[in-house]
This record gives sequence, structure tokens and C-alpha cells, in this order.
Amino acid sequence: MSIILWTDALVFVLIACALAAARYVSRREYLLSSWRRVGESRAGMAALTVLSAFILVGLLDSLHYRPRLEAVAGKSTNAANGYSTEVRSALDMLLMPLKSGTEKTYSAPLATHLYARETVELPDGTQARVFPRLKHGGAHLKAPAEDWLRDVVAKTLLGLALAVLAGLTFTGIAVQAAARHWNVPWRTARGRIWRGETRFAWNAVLVTTAALLLIAGPVVALAGSYHVFGTDKVGQDVLYLTLKSIRTGLVIGTITTLAMLPFAVALGIAAGYLGGWVDDVIQYLYTTLNSIPGVLLIAAAVLMMQVVIDTHPDWFATAAQRADARLLALCLILGVTSWTGLCRLLRAETLKLRELEYVQAAQAFGASAARIMGRHILPNVMHIVLISVVMDFSGLVLAEAVLSYIGIGVDPSTISFGTMINTARLELAREPVVWWSLVAAFVFMFILVLAANLFSDAVRDAFDPRLAGRQVVPATQGQAT
Amino acid sequence: MSLLSVESLRTSLTSASGIVRAVDGVSFQVDAGETFALLGESGCGKSMTALSLMRLLPDAGSIVGGRVLLGGRDLMALSESDMRDVRGREMAMIFQEPATSLNPVLTVSQQIVEVLERHTALRGVAARRRALELVEAVGLPDPAQRLDAYPFQLSGGMKQRVMVAIALAGNPGLLIADEPTTALDVTIQAQVLELLGRLQRERGMGMLLITHDLGIVSQLAHRVGVMYAGELVEVAARQAFFTSPCHPYSRKLFAALPRPERRGGDLETIPGSVPPLTTAFTGCRFADRCQSAWARCADEKPAWHSASDGHVVRCHLYDPALAARQGGTAASSERRNCEDDEASPAAGVPLLAVSGLKLHFPMRKGVFRRIAGQVKAVDGVSLTLTSGRTLALVGESGCGKTTVGKAVLQLLRPTGGSVRFDGEELTVLPPDRLRKLRADMQIVFQDPYGSLDPRMRVGDIIEEGMTALGRTAGTMSRDERIDALLARVGLSAVMRGRYPHEFSGGQRQRIAIARALAVEPRLLVCDEPTSALDVSVQAQILNLLKELQTSLGLAYLFITHNIAVVEHLAHEVAVMYLGRIVEQGTVGEILREPKHPYTEALLSAVPRIEGEDGRPVIVLKGDIPSPANPPAGCHFHPRCPRAMQECATLYPSETRIGATRRVCCHLFK
Amino acid sequence: MIAYIIRRLLYAIPILVGVNLLTFALFFVVNTPDDMARMQLGIKRVTPEAIQKWKVERGYDKPLVYNTGAEGVGKITRTIFYEKSVKLFVLDFGRADDGRDIGHEIRTRMGPSLAIAVPVFLLGLFVTVTFALLLAFFRATYLDFWGVVACVALMSISSLFYIIGGQYLVSKVWHLVPISGYAGGLDAARFLILPVMISMVAGIGSSTRWYRTIFLEEIGKDYVRTARAKGLSELAVLFHHVLKNAMIPILTGVVVVIPLLFMGSLLVESFFGIPGLGSYTIDAINAQDFAVVRSMVFIGSVLYIIGLLLTDLSYTLVDPRVRLQ
Repeated sequence: MSIILWTDALVFVLIACALAAARYVSRREYLLSSWRRVGESRAGMAALTVLSAFILVGLLDSLHYRPRLEAVAGKSTNAANGYSTEVRSALDMLLMPLKSGTEKTYSAPLATHLYARETVELPDGTQARVFPRLKHGGAHLKAPAEDWLRDVVAKTLLGLALAVLAGLTFTGIAVQAAARHWNVPWRTARGRIWRGETRFAWNAVLVTTAALLLIAGPVVALAGSYHVFGTDKVGQDVLYLTLKSIRTGLVIGTITTLAMLPFAVALGIAAGYLGGWVDDVIQYLYTTLNSIPGVLLIAAAVLMMQVVIDTHPDWFATAAQRADARLLALCLILGVTSWTGLCRLLRAETLKLRELEYVQAAQAFGASAARIMGRHILPNVMHIVLISVVMDFSGLVLAEAVLSYIGIGVDPSTISFGTMINTARLELAREPVVWWSLVAAFVFMFILVLAANLFSDAVRDAFDPRLAGRQVVPATQGQAT
Repeated sequence: MSLLSVESLRTSLTSASGIVRAVDGVSFQVDAGETFALLGESGCGKSMTALSLMRLLPDAGSIVGGRVLLGGRDLMALSESDMRDVRGREMAMIFQEPATSLNPVLTVSQQIVEVLERHTALRGVAARRRALELVEAVGLPDPAQRLDAYPFQLSGGMKQRVMVAIALAGNPGLLIADEPTTALDVTIQAQVLELLGRLQRERGMGMLLITHDLGIVSQLAHRVGVMYAGELVEVAARQAFFTSPCHPYSRKLFAALPRPERRGGDLETIPGSVPPLTTAFTGCRFADRCQSAWARCADEKPAWHSASDGHVVRCHLYDPALAARQGGTAASSERRNCEDDEASPAAGVPLLAVSGLKLHFPMRKGVFRRIAGQVKAVDGVSLTLTSGRTLALVGESGCGKTTVGKAVLQLLRPTGGSVRFDGEELTVLPPDRLRKLRADMQIVFQDPYGSLDPRMRVGDIIEEGMTALGRTAGTMSRDERIDALLARVGLSAVMRGRYPHEFSGGQRQRIAIARALAVEPRLLVCDEPTSALDVSVQAQILNLLKELQTSLGLAYLFITHNIAVVEHLAHEVAVMYLGRIVEQGTVGEILREPKHPYTEALLSAVPRIEGEDGRPVIVLKGDIPSPANPPAGCHFHPRCPRAMQECATLYPSETRIGATRRVCCHLFK
Repeated sequence: MIAYIIRRLLYAIPILVGVNLLTFALFFVVNTPDDMARMQLGIKRVTPEAIQKWKVERGYDKPLVYNTGAEGVGKITRTIFYEKSVKLFVLDFGRADDGRDIGHEIRTRMGPSLAIAVPVFLLGLFVTVTFALLLAFFRATYLDFWGVVACVALMSISSLFYIIGGQYLVSKVWHLVPISGYAGGLDAARFLILPVMISMVAGIGSSTRWYRTIFLEEIGKDYVRTARAKGLSELAVLFHHVLKNAMIPILTGVVVVIPLLFMGSLLVESFFGIPGLGSYTIDAINAQDFAVVRSMVFIGSVLYIIGLLLTDLSYTLVDPRVRLQ
């Protein structure tokens, strides 16, 4: 039974918005030309390629369903209509071996044995403290000591070979498409792309894709029979956890913006254009909200929301739905605390635009205020909105980690970078050190945020270089450290 | 040997659309004690030439060739640190925008002393004393107090004087002045031009003057170089240049200038626009806009030919081998006399009657922002305008002329007075009735870049008024009507789908006119519609406006500071000073025999080109006072050369002279 | 000028009232005290008596805004709103759940918080402005390019990793400083040096990039060209002209946070076990001690508003246009 969580619905709304925006842009030359400049940025396109991979994972993780319970003989299923209360996503389905292949506790990356000694009873009746074999990691190996290295190398090579194959196919298709588009021979097209003579940064996209494939290939090949990034304290596969964290990060980074955008845009433009008491009220509103330190406002709101959720357990059919409600609420709270910056920027810009002569020309035609705001002001501030949306993204992903660490972020049962770090933070203090959870979270998060930053720089440079560096460090990030 | 000798200087800028060859093989000399003017329209590379000499190009620019010899030393070969010794000491530069060219957080003396400490041995008290001498020399009023002032406390004219003082501090042999008065009002411009001329004479400096204004060239220059599309096309002594300009482009520049004798007739225009400097030129750069061009012009780069002694021109027409061809192209614009038209007093019912119009802005002060006073931007203005005629509202910046225009259209609601349009009192009209009337009165703005929404297609821009006012296009469909309008203003229908950024300044102004015409107005308020345009483009727009008036019977309220444009277009003139009209009458009366001392000074301050009557320039003292705090009595009396005792106490009442003329001055009671 | 400051001071009043009402609504209207009691006591084993006891202990047993049972002014004063929210205006914070006086805690914990926050602020400002000037001086060179790349990379690392990584390497692997803890007096330096360095490094990326942009924007202005035309060296231009003007936008962002330094830093203090206001806040959040959180929200707002005032004042120091008008 497929199920649409609240955040899923918003993700779909977001996709619909993105498609509508793409349609809108494709019909407007001045917007297209700005986007072309984004496309020319090699760093930006490489970053976008990486982001696309993350988004793909996130989208797969947004298609949720409740699996049908197999009727257990003699026991009537108590769950409604025979569906499990566990909510799974398409990503879970793909990663089922990882998800279900839990171990007892820690195991190092690619290990075949647990990381902790256990007392086992030997066949001869004596007891010994040994590192037991893993239930899943390397379980197919008969003699791990001898076979392990050969097996890992073989699987890595297989993965690399597959990656090369996939990379070549993808590149071939891309070059072929480009060649047909330019109407030149295949070789010429390849040469152009390789030497970076194309306006769109094809070479950056292809190189990044190849790099991604070369990393993904061996991981996929190994993941079937090993825990590539090891397992955590309760034996969950760390690779699975990091992949699941991606959706949470993306949702926080995008839905928050989506939630606050209408307020910020409408209030900012109204304050700037209408002036007078409207301006006074809106300014008062955002100064007041702004004057409460972000983390504390979020903390207060999250604590209160938690009480609401906890006192109404009947609202949610499944744990996933409850966790999702909390995620959504977190997005909304972050949205409420972060719209002020954009609102202020838009107000300032509108104040400038209001004095421009084309606005006065419209006034001379007797056009109404609503019409002027919609037809003249809004399209001329959209670049600021766009830039701040892409710039806020990375800040929000970082904020999620900090907030979840403090305990005012996502539900503890929601897998996210923040909860991963929170559970793993004491692992470095262990002897011997358990480093893989943190490193995995660090690497994935760093790549995601770096890609987002590079992409937003490209967008900013293309749409309004003047705004460079205008990014106010998100309140939560700045104050928390 | 010349003080400055520039030899085939080439400078290029990298831009998104390719390499811009902003300066492409420019050579000229400036002697000590001589003013050499580089004349050209915007984008011709004259400012880049100046910056190249100083080696102060923007990051995207670089000098790719040529030599610049200053006192015999090649500046291009100097190290950067040696070059720094040259800047400010051997040659100094003043820039166009005094408002932004001074450091806002340093005082006047700090900014001058900085140069003294860099280039002279003066320090401390001695340096300050020298700074005081310098600001005295440039005629800064109250020099001792002003020395510790910050730039924001000075007016535009004073700032430019400080810039001159900074430039003089290192006692340079060469002064480069890049459009030094373009940002200033005409009476202030007269002051600064007089100052520059005097300093140049007294100090025997060489001066490189960069300007687009033929009048300034005529007033200050000894020799002239005309630049077009990155290269010099003509170099001549002033006298020779003004009596017989040789290059077809130079001639066109003269012909495009509105002048009294061309009144009523069309101005000559240069078709097309300056080619982008990213082009690789094969022939003459002016060829495709030149009426005298023939095949050779497109294929072969013209060489320098001598027209007379010291007068050289880069044009095939002057090739000695082709001497026979010369002569047929001398510009002789047909003079049409329209005196009768101008003399006839405004007949019939006025379309627009403004009386006692007041627009005051409250000034708030104190803890509770109480209204502490009023800025009387417009303070009792009365005007009448009949259909088919043009009333020019003339004045300097801050005099309230633009505010009058907006108050007439009710874009700003007047504080007092009445505005009657076609007999209907606009100031008390409820918004919905006013909206209906808006179709009858439209406005064309100054800035061709700010007046069109960059996010809308040209067709949508023109359609906007029709939609907003619910105008149906009659038998034509909207699109047909838009096409017709575009054709009407000289644009083609294919431009309907384009965005404003694809158009030049002149074309944009045409679009703005088409937008206003779309609702079939009877009154058009033109707020400095040509002041952002080059002379040749200005001529096109003026011709268009004139033609539209004749065929559609439009009335224009023409707001401008440009006297030449007034002469060309207006029937009546009203001169404003600090929110009030000081004199009005027909164009002939006002321009030929101004009565009010301010009008007189304003007219004399406009730099005239050689050959016109040598009316002496009346240089007014002081700055235009702030409308927030106008002088008591006659607002003009502190600057008036003919002020009397009573001027200081009593604002003069209006005196009628003849049927059409009114003056507010105690001299004419 | 003085009128302007008075105006800003007066404007602070409605804002503080707004903050107060907002927190009141958040803490007492969104959820009733009963809900909070049930949540804190555990949903399952909760009796009406336990709830009542919990409320009485904390003074939440009164009506929200209007006490019909009381006499005279008591109708207003003997309410949750008056006792919990209005009293914040006179900095009467009441007691925490553990019975300690919040005001006293705040006063004693301010010191350690400042001991970290002030060095971080000053050192950080110095280092980032220096780096940014360096990048601006070498603009459009490889140094600049890689400097910006490094900034973006530094910005992309979560502050959690700076702390965890720094603590692990410096304290655990290299044994240079104690892992966590705090001591009074000069001894504090031993405990403070690592958190200070880590906080500073964590902030370098974004600040440097921001300041660099400001410098570049100033460098593009006309007065810089004038300064160069005087024959000044690039360094003189940068320090004497650009820096002075760039201070104006930099101050906007910087001065406003100065009062907030009192609040300490949440993460660093809790990781390094420093008994400042940051760790106090975190502990309160984890213990769901609403009284403390509410107090911190109010103090934070007061400090922010003071920061805004300081920003206005600081303009008068660096910008003659504000000072003399």
C-alpha cells in the first residue's frame, strides 16, 4: 500500500514547482541567458551533477509504502487491512540487504568479524573470548583470513569495470546527443567537449559523473556481501544510514525554504511597495522575530511542538508518520525563524524598484498596486529569491545536524546526519577508536554541502554578482558554535 | 618637444561578448600650456584613453600597444612603482563624478594632504597650510572651515573644486579632465569651466580635456581631436575645427546640435548607431552611417589626410588623389523660419491649467518624528498649456521641475493649488474618475534604462497601458495596434517580442514614447527625455517628438535643463528656481531677451559653440540653495549680480510684460 | 543624533513586549501547563494529583492572564502571565526546575562564557579581516582563487566536526590540552585555548569570504581610482581608503553580536564541559526546563536589541555622514 507522508507530498509539490519554473524560464530569454551562464560554470555544473545524485537518492527515499503482511498461520493480523505498520521507501526496497543485514554491534568497514570480543562457547565446551564472525559481512567466505583480500579486490575490480562500462556508455550517449545537436561528426563533438569548447560545461558534468561512477561501482559491488562503511553500535549498516540521511537533509534544506518563501516574498514586497503602516507592521514583525536568538526560538518551538505531538499519539497511525510530522514541524519552525532575512532584502530592493521609472510609468496608467507588485516588482526581485533559496540550502543542512545534536532537531528515530553524529560522538573516545560512522557522516555531509555551496555560487554569479557574500550565516549555525 | 605624446595607443577590455578594442591606435600630442580636447560620444573610447595614460584601467582592461611619452619618458616602460611617482606629480586627473570620486570618510584636508605627503616634502602644519592655499586657489568658499569638512557636506560644484585642488596638489605639468562638468548644473558648470581655464593659463599646464560637449570644447580647447569608435578621426586647431569641420562625422555632430536657426526644421541625424568595438574593422568605422561613403570606405581603412595646416582627418574624401570628389558634402542645413508660429500667443481653451500648485514634503525631526518644517519642492507654480503646443519648464537640478511634472499627472498629490485638465479639476478627483483621465495624459521619462521593465517584452510594455486602462483598439487587434505604434515611432514590428536590454538608449526612448502613445494621450509630460542620450540620438528623438506633435496635436510639458533643446522645440518657456517660476513667456522672448537675472545667467552659462554671438558668460557665485531652507526674500538674491536691498526681504510679485510674458523680479516692477 | 538614539531606545520597548508575548504564547498557550506536566511526568503513569503537584511546585497552577478568584490587582498579578512573563522585564527570572535561582546561575555562568566568546570574537575578527585583506590585495590571482576555494570548503564543514575532530586530535591523540573541563583564574587558559581555536577556525570560511566581497566592492568604487591617481601605493590605498570605508558594512554584521557574546556558545561549551550560559541552555533544553529556556530567550532578545543600538552608535564612530547629520 503506497503511502504519502506529509513531507513526500511537499517534495512532490516542490518538484511540480520546479517543473513549472523550468517551463516559465524556458520561455524567457533573459532568464535563459542567466541560466546559461550557470551552465557555463564548470564548478557549478560539477556540483550540480553531484547534487543530482543526492537528489536521486532522496527522491527514491520519498516514495513510501507499507508492505503487506504475510498472513501468519493461526494469527490474525491486527494491523489494518493486513499492512505492516512499518513504512518503507523505494530506497529501502533497493537497499533491503543492507537494511535487514544488521549485526550484533560495531564492525569495521569491510570486516568479517565483530569489533568487540564476545564470550562464546567452543565446541569442546570451553569458553573463549573471540571476535565472532559477522552474520552478513563476508558471510560467504569460508576462510576469511585467506580469502578476504582476494575477494575484496576481485569485487572492487568488478565494480570498477562495471563503472567504466557505465561511464563509457553514458559519455557515449551524451557525446552522440551533442553531435546530433551540433550536427557534427562524433569525433568533433568529443573533441569539443573534452577541450571545454562548449558553452555548457559538458566536460565538468561528464568527468564528475565518471568520478561518481568510479566510486559507486566498487561500493555497490562490495555492499552486497560486506558492510562497506561498517556497522554502528546496534549493528546497523552505516552505508544504509548515510544514504537514508540524505533525504532528511534535502527535505530540511528545501521544504523549509518552500514554507517560508510565500511569507517572505509577499511581506517583503508589500512592506517595500506600500510603505506606511503596512511597512511599520511588517518591520515590527520581523525585528521582533529576529531579535530572539535563532537557536533559542527553535528550541522553544520544538520543545512545545514535541509536547503537542506526544500528547496526541492518536493522530499518527505509524511511527514513521509521527517522525515525519516532527520533521515537517521542524521545517516550518526553521522557516518561521529564517524568513526575516529574505524579507528584509526584498523590502530594500522593492524600495529601490519603487522609485524606478517603469513603476511610475505603470502608475501613470493607473495600474493598481497589486498589479504593479505582481507584474513589475515580483519578476524583478525573483533573482534575489532564487539566490537566497540556493544559498540557504547548505546552511539549513548544516543547521539540521547541529539542532539534532542539541536534541531539538528531527525525531531520534529519523535517520539524519545529525542523529548519526549524535549517536556516534562518543565513539572517538572509545578504545579502540570507532571512527567509521563519523567519517561516513562527515564525508557525505561535506560533499553535499560543498556541492550546494559551489552550485549556489554559480547561480549567484550568474544572476547577481553584486550579492556575492551577502549570505548571512544562518542564525542557528553562527550562534551554536 | 611635446609635453605629452601618445603614439598609436591601443587598449582593450575583455568582456562577455569578446575583446573590446576600446582604444585602437590613437596618437596625439599635448604641448605645455595647451588644452587639447578629446571629443566624442559615449562609448567612443575617450575615457579609456585617459585611463590608459594614467595606467589606471579597470581590471578587465589592458594596454596592448603603443607608447605614451610624458616629458620624453615612455610611461608604458615604467615599473608600477615608478609610475606611481608620475601619477599625481607629473600628471593628475579629475573625474566625471565628483560625488563618488572623493573618499566619503576622509576630510578635504586629509585627501589633499595625502597627495602633498606623497609627492612633496611638506608635512604637518606646512602641508595643511599648502592645502589651504590650494582650496583657496580653486575658489572653495569659506576655505578654512571647509578644509575639515567631509565630502557629503559639500555641494557637487564644491566637490569638483576639491577634486581640482587634489589634482593640483602635486603641481603636475599635465592635467587630465575627464568630463569634469557633465554631472554639474549649467551655472555650476560655468564656474568650474572658468576655474579650469584660469588655472591652466596661470600655471601653464598642459590639459587633456575629455568631453562630449562641443560648447565646452569651444570655450576651453586650443586643439581638438574627434574620436569615433576607438580611434581619432580628426585633429585640428579649435578655430579651424569650428569654422570647417572636415570629417563627415564631425559635420554631423554639428548638424545634429539643436540651434536657434534650425528651429522648426528637422535636425540632422546620424542613422544607425556606433558599431560595437568588438568588431574587426576592415574599412572606415563610420562608413555604414556616412552619407558620403562609397565602396572604398567599406574596404579600405582611411589614412590621415591633411585638410589644411595642422588640420588632419582620417577620411578617404580628403585623399589628395580624390580631391575632385570633395566639396559636395558640406553641411548646409536648410533653415526654416517658424517665427510666426512661435510668436502667436496661446490661443483657445487651455488643455492644462495649473495655478498656485504647491507640493511640500514634510521634514521630520526629533524623538517622535514631528513635522519640523516643509521642503517646499514646488511653491505656487502656475502654467497654462494648449493643445499642439510645447511648454518648456527649465531649471537646474533641485528646482522642482520634475515634481511639477509628476504633480500635474497626480503621481504625487499636490499640497495645494489647482490642476485643471480640459476643464476638470484633477486634485479633487476621486481615484476611479482620475483613472479614466489617465489615458489623456502620459509621461516619458529621462532614463531610457530605468523606464522600461527589463522583465517584459516590448509588446507587453506597450500593451500595458491599454490593458490597465481597458483601451480597446477599435477595429484593430491589440497586436496590430502595437505594430502600428512601433512603426509610428520608427521601430519595426519584429521588435515586439524582444526585451528592452536588446535596444540602444535611443530605441528605448522610442519604445517609451510608443508606450505613452498607446493610450492616445493629449498631453505628454516629457521629463528630460533626451538628457541621457548622445547628441546624434537626441536629434532623432527631438525630430520624432516634433513630428508626433504636428500630426497628433499633442501638447508637451517639456521638462529640461538643456537650453538648446528648448530653443528647438518649445513654444513657451517657464524658468524655475527653487520651486517657483521666475519668468515665463514665449520662447523668443525668453531666449532672445531674458529679463530675470537668473534667466540671463542661465542662458549665458550654456557653453556656446564658436560662431554664435559672443554674449559674455555671467558666472553666478555660490551654489543653488537647498529648497528645505530657501533664502529669505527673493530666493535668487544671494547669487544675483543685480540684487537690491529690497530683494533680501520681499519675494517679488509677478510683473506682466506684454501679452505673454511674466517676470518675478523687483527690477521690472 | 541623540534624538535618533532615543527613538531607537523607545522602539526597543514594543519589540521586547512582542518577544515577551510571543514566548508566553509559545510556552503557555500552545500547550497548557497540564500538557507539559503530563509530558514531563511521563504520559503513562500520571495522576491528576501528580500533575497538580507539579504545577504548584512551579507556580503554573494559576490562571493564564486573568484571575477571577483573586482580589483587586491580584486579578492581574496572581496569574501565570504576570508572574512568569511580566517579571522578566525587571530581570526576575524565577527558579529553575532544580530549584536554583536562574538569575544567580546566569550571573555566575556569564564569566566562563565570556572567557571563550570574547577571545573568539576578537581573534576571529582580526584573523578574518587580515585574510580577507590579503585575498583582496592579491585579487584575481591564484592565491585569491585558492583562498576562496578554501573558504568554501571550510564553510561546508559542520561545526560539529570541527569540535569533534579538534578535540580528538589535539586532546586525545596529541595530548596537548585537557579534553574538557574548566578552572577559574589563569588556569582557565589551559582549558580555553582549544575551544577558542576551534570556534575561530570554524568561523573563518564564511567571514573571510564575506569581508573579501566587501573589500572588492569598495575597491571597485570611484574614490579608489582617485586615490590611485594620486600615486598612492596599493597598500596605502587598501589601508587608508578601502579599509576605512569597508568598516561600515563590516560593523553592521559584527557589532550586533557583541552583546550576544554573553550568551556563550552552545556546542563548544557543552563539548568542552565549560560551565557557561551556552551549556546551561543546552542542559535546560535536554532537561526540558522551560523556565530556563524562557529566561534565555528573553535575555537573548534584550542583548540583540542592545546590539542593534550599539550598531547604530558604532556608525557614528566610523561614518561621518551619520555622525554629523
